[in-house]
Amino acid sequence: MMANMVTALNNAHDLIMKENDKVVVLGEDVAKDGGVFRVTDGLFQKYGPNRVLDTPLAESSIIGTAIGMAIGGLRPIAEIQFAGFMLLGFSQLLNHAARYRARTRSTLTVPMIVRTPVSGGVRTLEHHSDSPETYYSHIGGLIVVEPSNPYDAKGLLIRAAHMNDPVVFLEPTKLYRLFKQEIPDEMYEVPIGKANIVQAGDDLTIIANGTMVPVVKDAVAKKGTNAEIIDLRTINPLDETTIIESAKKTGRVMIVHEASLSFGLGAEVAARIAEKAIFELDAPVMRVAAPSLPYPQPGYEKYFVPNTEKVSQAIDKIMSV
Amino acid sequence: MQKKVFDDSIEYFQVMDENGAIDQALFPKEVTDQKIVEMYKWMAFARALDAKALSLQRQGRIATYAPLVGQEGEQVGSALALGQNDYFVPNFRQHGVFLVRGAPIDKIVLGWRGYEDGGAVPKGFNALAVAVPVATQLPHAAGLAFALMQRKNGGAVLGYVGDGGTSEGDFYESLNFAGAKKVPLVILIEDNEWAISVPRSEQTAAQTLAQKAMAAGIKGVQVDGNDVIGVYKVVKDALDEARKGNPMLVEVLTYRMSMHTTADDPTKYRSDAEVEAWKNKDPLLRVRKYLQSKNLWDDTKEQQMQDDQRKKIDDAVAVAESFKEDPTSMFQNIYSFMPEVLNDELEEAKEAGFWQTGAQ
Repeated sequence: MMANMVTALNNAHDLIMKENDKVVVLGEDVAKDGGVFRVTDGLFQKYGPNRVLDTPLAESSIIGTAIGMAIGGLRPIAEIQFAGFMLLGFSQLLNHAARYRARTRSTLTVPMIVRTPVSGGVRTLEHHSDSPETYYSHIGGLIVVEPSNPYDAKGLLIRAAHMNDPVVFLEPTKLYRLFKQEIPDEMYEVPIGKANIVQAGDDLTIIANGTMVPVVKDAVAKKGTNAEIIDLRTINPLDETTIIESAKKTGRVMIVHEASLSFGLGAEVAARIAEKAIFELDAPVMRVAAPSLPYPQPGYEKYFVPNTEKVSQAIDKIMSV
Repeated sequence: MQKKVFDDSIEYFQVMDENGAIDQALFPKEVTDQKIVEMYKWMAFARALDAKALSLQRQGRIATYAPLVGQEGEQVGSALALGQNDYFVPNFRQHGVFLVRGAPIDKIVLGWRGYEDGGAVPKGFNALAVAVPVATQLPHAAGLAFALMQRKNGGAVLGYVGDGGTSEGDFYESLNFAGAKKVPLVILIEDNEWAISVPRSEQTAAQTLAQKAMAAGIKGVQVDGNDVIGVYKVVKDALDEARKGNPMLVEVLTYRMSMHTTADDPTKYRSDAEVEAWKNKDPLLRVRKYLQSKNLWDDTKEQQMQDDQRKKIDDAVAVAESFKEDPTSMFQNIYSFMPEVLNDELEEAKEAGFWQTGAQ
């Protein structure tokens, strides 16, 4: 089938719910409305109110009740309407979802997915555009994934639904309908914890996530650089092997993310490269990211989100070392 | 136009008063004298375990401890009200509930010693884990109740929270979810008058905590928390009501006779006179009066019971203290699989003996 990310995710939900009657979908406006981005469209009509729940408007209890449901034998998939609103459930994710297995020595586990749209570039309201991948990765205990295309979106969601772990599933809003792709109709898994080498190359490694993957592809195509592009797909746990192997091969590494520069994903990746491959580098590791400030209102976002021009200039710079 | 569009009230229950006198109209028929003896023994057991824990903490043999003394009535009464398929969801002071529900005492003590291994939930033991961040456990209780409803096993969930916890958003969100989705949930407020140093009177302007149920469209009741039979009755009725799709809020009025935890000194914020006044309302005292008046209890039985309980506790402490640490278990209970990057950290730690060999 030809699918954009929304239809791919919708199809994944359908297959997951068909396969396992313990799967329930919950969140704000996910039932009759099918979610504000329509990811859960049609599921309520097909699976009914016991499996597709419009919850009260309260993010902490959406995530908190999902934890209780998961421990109680269900497999909840919770949708949080926007990334900024998910912070009301931050306590539930970090204080509980991330720790329940440890705290009970694996006797109680939390097979749960919490999905939310992330990142900007679509001129939406304040608090709708944050890129929170590192918040959820830092503590450990939460799996954090972020697809950048319809194929990975479907396969990662299905994989997450088959795992016995809490998974934070980040969906770049800008990529929801940006392009379509041919994907299999049937169920398939994309591995979690494994990065995707989008294109192989020898001169430069560019590591990106979410919205920045198409930006990097665009910049590399325009520059004609022989770059290896790695789409992390899973933020936590990080696929260090793929990163280090590529760094050693090309000798030049750039990390591109939409989240702010300081304390970001780039810092983590750069540190690992410094520890394991620094003597095989030909240039210092470079980070390209948004400025170290909170996401602005939509009027200024074009100055904030890294674009093709910013990545292209960075490519010139790192290749000139 | 002006008209009244909402009106409700909160009822208070007490079955056995401070003198051991019983309100026959409210007395639950299934509670035999034998059952009252059992309630008394459980309360005494909880108190003995609590005293032991305090002593262990003072000797540095367990970590920070939250005493339950004074609250044995509500913990034993509510625990005994639970049915076989029911779950309870604790915060951090429900040692009495764990005890009555059959948690291995050595595991309780092991948890107090600071090991997650003590928090492993035995199969068939229907409870969630101890939760420290106040009221954050209640959404789990609500979600668990939803899962039980889906599974149609007839179980209900009893979630515990303190008076301070009723100020938290998660408290209200859970009541609201329960009401909206009609899940089999009872939230029990252990209103012990003190949230560390803040008294109940300063926590909220609400006249009762039970009335907070009204905002969620569910029913709230109050019960004398030092009346074990009263709590048993009210919680049992509430669980039955919840099973029918009518979640409830139960406020038990009790008193924290000791400190919040071993990390604070209550003399800084409350008077001895206040504590003294609550001694007359002791949950064990009134039951003992009742049992003695019916010749069901005497000093010999008391002594035998205490000896028996002390031995069980001492044996459990010995087991808990013989526990062998295994730091690799920290790494092995995070995900359903071992990520390569985490395994690298584990291997490095193992190789270095977790930096505990004292070599340098």
